[in-house]
Amino acid sequence: MIRAAARALLEGYDSARLRAAWSAPDGYEAALWRQIGCELGWCGIAIPEAEGGAGLGWVELCLLQEELGRRLVASPFFATAVLGVALLRECASPAQRRELLPRIASGQLRLACVLGGPDGRPAPEGTTVALQRRGTQFVLTGGGDFVIHAASAELFLVLARGGAGGGLSVALVPAGTPGVKVTPHLMLDLTRPMARVDFTEVTVGADALLGGAGSAAAGAARALDLARIGLAAESVGGAERVLEETTGYCKQRVQFGRPIGSFQAVKHRLADMMIEVEAAKSAAWYAACVAEERPGELAEAAAIAKSYCSEAFGDCAASAIQLHGGIGFTWEHDVQLYLKRARASGQLLGSPAWQRERLLRVLGLGAAAAPAF
Amino acid sequence: MELGFTPAEERFRSEAAAWLASQMDGPFRDLKGESTYSAHLERRMAWERALGAEHYSVIGWPAQYGGREASLAEQVIFAEEYARAGAPWRIGHMGVELAGPTILAFGTEAQKVRFLPPIARGEEFWCQGYSEPNAGSDLANVRTRAMLSADGREWRIDGQKIWTSLAQFADWCFAVCRTEEGSRGHRGLSYLLVPMRQSGVSVRPIRQMTGEAEFNETYFTDARTAAENVVGAVGDGWRIAMGTLGFERGVSTLGQQMGFRNELDAVIAAARANGQLADPLIRQRLAQAHIGLKLMRYSALRMLSSAQAGRLSNEAYTYKIFWATWRKKLGELAVDVLGPRSEIGVAPYEWELLPRLFLGARSDTIYGGTNQIQRNIIAERALGLPKEPRGT
Repeated sequence: MIRAAARALLEGYDSARLRAAWSAPDGYEAALWRQIGCELGWCGIAIPEAEGGAGLGWVELCLLQEELGRRLVASPFFATAVLGVALLRECASPAQRRELLPRIASGQLRLACVLGGPDGRPAPEGTTVALQRRGTQFVLTGGGDFVIHAASAELFLVLARGGAGGGLSVALVPAGTPGVKVTPHLMLDLTRPMARVDFTEVTVGADALLGGAGSAAAGAARALDLARIGLAAESVGGAERVLEETTGYCKQRVQFGRPIGSFQAVKHRLADMMIEVEAAKSAAWYAACVAEERPGELAEAAAIAKSYCSEAFGDCAASAIQLHGGIGFTWEHDVQLYLKRARASGQLLGSPAWQRERLLRVLGLGAAAAPAF
Repeated sequence: MELGFTPAEERFRSEAAAWLASQMDGPFRDLKGESTYSAHLERRMAWERALGAEHYSVIGWPAQYGGREASLAEQVIFAEEYARAGAPWRIGHMGVELAGPTILAFGTEAQKVRFLPPIARGEEFWCQGYSEPNAGSDLANVRTRAMLSADGREWRIDGQKIWTSLAQFADWCFAVCRTEEGSRGHRGLSYLLVPMRQSGVSVRPIRQMTGEAEFNETYFTDARTAAENVVGAVGDGWRIAMGTLGFERGVSTLGQQMGFRNELDAVIAAARANGQLADPLIRQRLAQAHIGLKLMRYSALRMLSSAQAGRLSNEAYTYKIFWATWRKKLGELAVDVLGPRSEIGVAPYEWELLPRLFLGARSDTIYGGTNQIQRNIIAERALGLPKEPRGT
C-alpha cells in the first residue's frame, strides 16, 4: 500500500523535474517537498503517533527510501526524516522529542546532521567538532564536512566530542546562529547537495544537548546504523530501477538484426545485475526488520546492508552505462546520475571496506588498521 | 518478511537437534564431521537406515510414505540442524531430494507405494541418468534410446549416461531416454526408472580433479525395465526432468547454509591460527564471505515468506548461482589463508578440508546447471529477454 502510493506519486517525477531540482536554490523541488512533508506526512512515518507521526517504523520508512531511490529524488527527506529522526529517536530526551518530532512529522522543520570530520572520515572516529563547558553553557568549535542539505536546513544536529568526560554529545544549533558558516560544494552527485559547516565559538545552552552532555555515544551509534539501513534501502531502489530501465532498453535496441538483449554477453551482464539486486533486497529488508525487532543484530545487519547494497548499486549503474553504449555516456541520459548517486551513497557514513572492517570487529574477529573512509 | 521461526518450529528444532546430537555423539560418532561424498559406505548406509527408522529421512513427505509432513520451514530447520550436528553428507541424496520428490509430484499411486517407502527407510539408493557425452548443458540432446518390447511388457534401453554420481552402489536410476524414434530436442523423451542391478547395466568410475571417484559413466546395453516404470506420460519426460531440476535448484538447498557456516568457520580458524586474521586484505575477504553467507540466510527467509504465500519469487532464480559462486570463492580464500601449506597432501592424493574445498567447489558452478546456464535462465525467465536461438 505504502509502496504503491509512493510509486504512483513519484511516477511523474521525470528527468526534467529531477534536473530542474538541482538548479533550484536549495537543490530540491519545493512543491514536492511540501507534498510529501506537509500533505502526506512522509517525514513522520517512523515517528510515534503521540509525537505527531504515523506510528509506523523503519520497515515502512525504508519502503519510502526505496521508492525515492528509484527516482533519485532530490529531497531533504533523507537528511531530515532518516538521519535526523534517527538521532532524535535514539538520543533526545522526552521533552526534546515533544518539541521537535511533531514539527518534523508535519513537514515544518528541515534538519541537517554534522557528523564526520572535515577530512571526510566517518563518525564517530572522524568527528572533530569540540564541545566545551563554559559556565552553565557550552561552546562548539570546529567543523564537519559532507553535511547533506546543509544550505537549506533550519536546524543542525551537531555531533561533538566532549561536554562531559570524553563522551559524545549531539548539540542543536539553529541555522543562522552567529558563528555558523555553511560552505556549499559542487558535488559529483548533483541530486544530493552537501556543504562544509564550521562552528566558531558557537554558544548553546544545556537544554540544546540531546539527552544531556556527553551522553550520546551509544545512541548516536545506533542512529548511524539506522541511517545506514535507510541509505541501503535507497540504494536498492536505485539498483532495481537501473536494472528495469536497462532491461527494457536491451529488449528494444536492435543491432545485427536482433535485439541486443538476445546476445548472451548482454544477457549475462543483466543476469549478474539481477543477482546483486535480489541479494541487496534481502540485505536491506532484513536489516529494516532488525531495526525494529532485534537491537542485538543492528550493527551487524547495518554493516552488511550498507556495504552490500551500495556496491550492488554501483555495479548495476556501471553495467547500465556499459549496456546503453554511447548514449549511456551522455549528459542527457539519466543513467549516469545513478552511477554518481551510487558512488556518493557508498562513501556516506563509512565506505563498503570501512563497513567490512567494522563488521569483523562487531563479530569479535580482532581488528586491523581500518580503512580511512 | 519474517525474521525467524515460530515457537512451534523452534520446538521442532530442539527435538531434531537433540536427536541428531545423540546420534553424532553416540552410535554414529565415527561419521561426525565426515565430509567426503561416499567413503565408509557401509556405515553411511547404516546412518541412512537410522534416519529412516526415526522418520527423519524425508520429513516433508506424507506420513504414509515414511515422512512426517513437515512444513517447508521445518525442512529448512532440519537441514540447518543436520549440518550443525556435523552429520555426514547424505548418500541417499539422489533418492531423497530428486527421485522421491519427482515420483511424489508426477508418479502414479502404485509407483509411490513401490518406490517411496524404501527411499524413506534408507534401503534403496538412486542415481541420476541425465547427462550424456553429447548432452550436458544441452540436456534435450539425449540419445539413450528406450523401446518397448514387442509384447509391450518392458522397455529395452541402449546408450550411455555420464556424471552419474553414486551409480556404483545405486539400486535404481531415474533416466531421461528417447522413446520416440527419430524425435529431436525435448520432444519424444520419457522419464524411466531403471533397476541398476542387471547384466545390461555397467558402471565405470571417473576420477575427478580432487583425486576421488564419486561419479561414473553408466552404460545401458539392452538393459530392461518394466513397462509401467515410466513417470508421467510416455513422451512427457522433458517436463518431468525439468521438475526434478527444479527440486535440485529449489528449496532443498535452503538449509545448506549451516554446512557453509562450518566451512567458513574452518577458514576463520585457520586464519586465526597462522596470523592471517591480522592481514587487512584477508580480513576484507573474510568479511565478504560472512556477508555472502548472511545474504543466503536472509534470502532463504525471504523465500520461505513468499513460498508460504504460495509463490516463488525472483530471488529463487538467483539462489543457485549465488551460493555456488560464493562457495567457489570461499575455496579460493581458504587456500590463500593457508598459503603454500595448502599444497601438501597425503598419498595417494588426499586432502584436508580446506584444500578439498578449493578443489571440490569448482564443480558447484557446473553441476545442476552451470553458472552460464543459470544466467540464461535468469535473463530469459525472470527478466523476459529473448530466448537463445537454437541450432538445427
